Amino acid sequence: MSVERGDSFELYRWLYRTMFTIRTVEERLARSFMAGLIHGACHTYVGEEAVAAGVCAGLTDDDAVFSTHRGHGHALAKGVSPAALIAELYGRETGISNGRGGSMHLFAPEIGLMGTSGIVGPCILQAAGAGYSARLLGNGGVGVAFFGDGAVGNGAFHEGLNLAAIYDLPVLFVCENNLYATEVPFSYASRNPDVASRASSYGMPGVGVDGNDVLAVHEAAIEALRRARAGEGPTLIEAKTYRTRPHAEGMGLTGVYRTEEEVAEWREKDPISRFRRRILSEGTMTASDLDRIEADVRTEVEEAEREAADSPWPDGGTADRHVYRETV
Amino acid sequence: MTEKTFTEAAREALSDAMDADPAIFVVGEGAGERGGNFETTAGLYEKHGPLRLCDTPICERGFIGMCTGAAMTGARPVVDFMFTDFILDGLGELINQTSKMQYMSNGRLKMPMVLRGCIGIGHSAATHHSGSYYPFFVHIPGFRVALPSNPADAKGLFATALRGEDPVFFMEHRHLLNLKGPVPDGEHRVPFGQAAVVREGTDATVVALTVMVHHALQVAEELSGEGISLEIVDPRTVAPLDVETILASVRKTGRLLIVDETFMPCGIGAEISAHVTEHGFDELDAPIKRLNGAHVPTPYSPSLERAVVPDRTTIEETVRELLAE
Repeated sequence: MSVERGDSFELYRWLYRTMFTIRTVEERLARSFMAGLIHGACHTYVGEEAVAAGVCAGLTDDDAVFSTHRGHGHALAKGVSPAALIAELYGRETGISNGRGGSMHLFAPEIGLMGTSGIVGPCILQAAGAGYSARLLGNGGVGVAFFGDGAVGNGAFHEGLNLAAIYDLPVLFVCENNLYATEVPFSYASRNPDVASRASSYGMPGVGVDGNDVLAVHEAAIEALRRARAGEGPTLIEAKTYRTRPHAEGMGLTGVYRTEEEVAEWREKDPISRFRRRILSEGTMTASDLDRIEADVRTEVEEAEREAADSPWPDGGTADRHVYRETV
Repeated sequence: MTEKTFTEAAREALSDAMDADPAIFVVGEGAGERGGNFETTAGLYEKHGPLRLCDTPICERGFIGMCTGAAMTGARPVVDFMFTDFILDGLGELINQTSKMQYMSNGRLKMPMVLRGCIGIGHSAATHHSGSYYPFFVHIPGFRVALPSNPADAKGLFATALRGEDPVFFMEHRHLLNLKGPVPDGEHRVPFGQAAVVREGTDATVVALTVMVHHALQVAEELSGEGISLEIVDPRTVAPLDVETILASVRKTGRLLIVDETFMPCGIGAEISAHVTEHGFDELDAPIKRLNGAHVPTPYSPSLERAVVPDRTTIEETVRELLAE
């Protein structure tokens, strides 16, 4: 998806539809988890939709996204269909990785989704690598890493940002600071409460942005992409946001780490209803336009779920395929 | 054929591949203008420039992860670790990411990445600059492991690694780097998974890896004066491992010794021994023997260092024990 910046209607429609799709898929997956249809972990992106949508609206299929354990939103915003995503979590043959990966290993390289990951940190390094490829091969692509505040204390953050900076790589480092690494507060894990300011240590710009404001995220991403494509090097974006569901489905919504009141406060800042109010106040689209998008998305997601549930299981006899490219 | 050192032969393979394929680039500490700590890239920086001969900060995890991402997006990285010990800082990237990427992506991503480094005990380099560790990587699905023992195989195996699509460890024993030998001119590739019978014999099979091939050959030569005939097999790659050639040799000799500098527990010798026991038990005239480096960190002092690594004396002693069984 790369939307012309001047065309507000198309941009807003894409952003709204993408965010609403992520929300609807995630809420569907949460119900599916309770129903036992998802066989492994399921980390939802509810509350953080503006970050994936705002960044991915500026990307093409040649730009490579490297994501995290909380990666459904990035996959959908990059263009994976709800049917292929849900089927993967259901462990089915029609899943995006034919059931080899599940929630934390979603790959669609043909559209630049280079994987979600069960390990915190590597996506930062791999995005730098995509930037290196883009420079070496001169193909104009950009590497994009999405990661949480939990990755900021990891060595991969330091090494990846430094490497991207010294080689002037076309890379966006997008930190989704949702305040908690699983259930460990960032305020505990870091003496510096700010992520964006760390960019100066690596000699690159750092931009802090309201991660629940999709247009603010998009604007920051567009400028970072402009820099990257112009050969001006990487940018660190810190999008301050919040997940309003548990760390993973089946875990508590709150615990020793946060209160019901805090979750309620952040629900008031919900990025989708906020964007809806903004669209209506600007008059870019009408309420019925937005309602129609929502109805379409709901239908698509319910059909995708049915399709996934009806899909065959992968044949156990294929479990050893694709370990190597070449058989010797 | 032209006489070249091991390092020159491997460098020729790299240079030829870089000329043919602009997607190949090399990273490492000193791999750029300096030409590599062991001259692995000497002369290439002048030809290809800093983007393809890329010096790095000291951050093995970082540049392994970066190269993994580059391989996922169409480039063909060669990571020059200088010493293989330094790989260990990047094991998480290698084992959780590099080795699994083709599988996780259901075969849609390729992982053409070559990981090269110097291995081996014997220069009072002590325990942070003497490790070999290749049995780790044999255990992990997704990796290839090449262990050349001579200049011709260094060129041929490296050429194969540079044109493949899987991640390959290419490990160069420090004692072999300046070894000279005939190297085929022009295109020369050695396929993976094909062991070489480097000396034919009838009384016992000795499977030896990297520098141990040379020790075993010398022992075979010495013992031939007593009428003892050893067959020496060099697997050349241990992932994949050419079990068939080893079994064929054991069918002929009935006796097997595996000599490997790396540690014995869960090692290459154990793996070969298990295969031969499973598929060639009736061919054996004696229990299989293994001779390995001592299961200790590598000491510094020459007298201590000599005590932890197999040499001609211990190989000869073990062969005599095997023949006496």
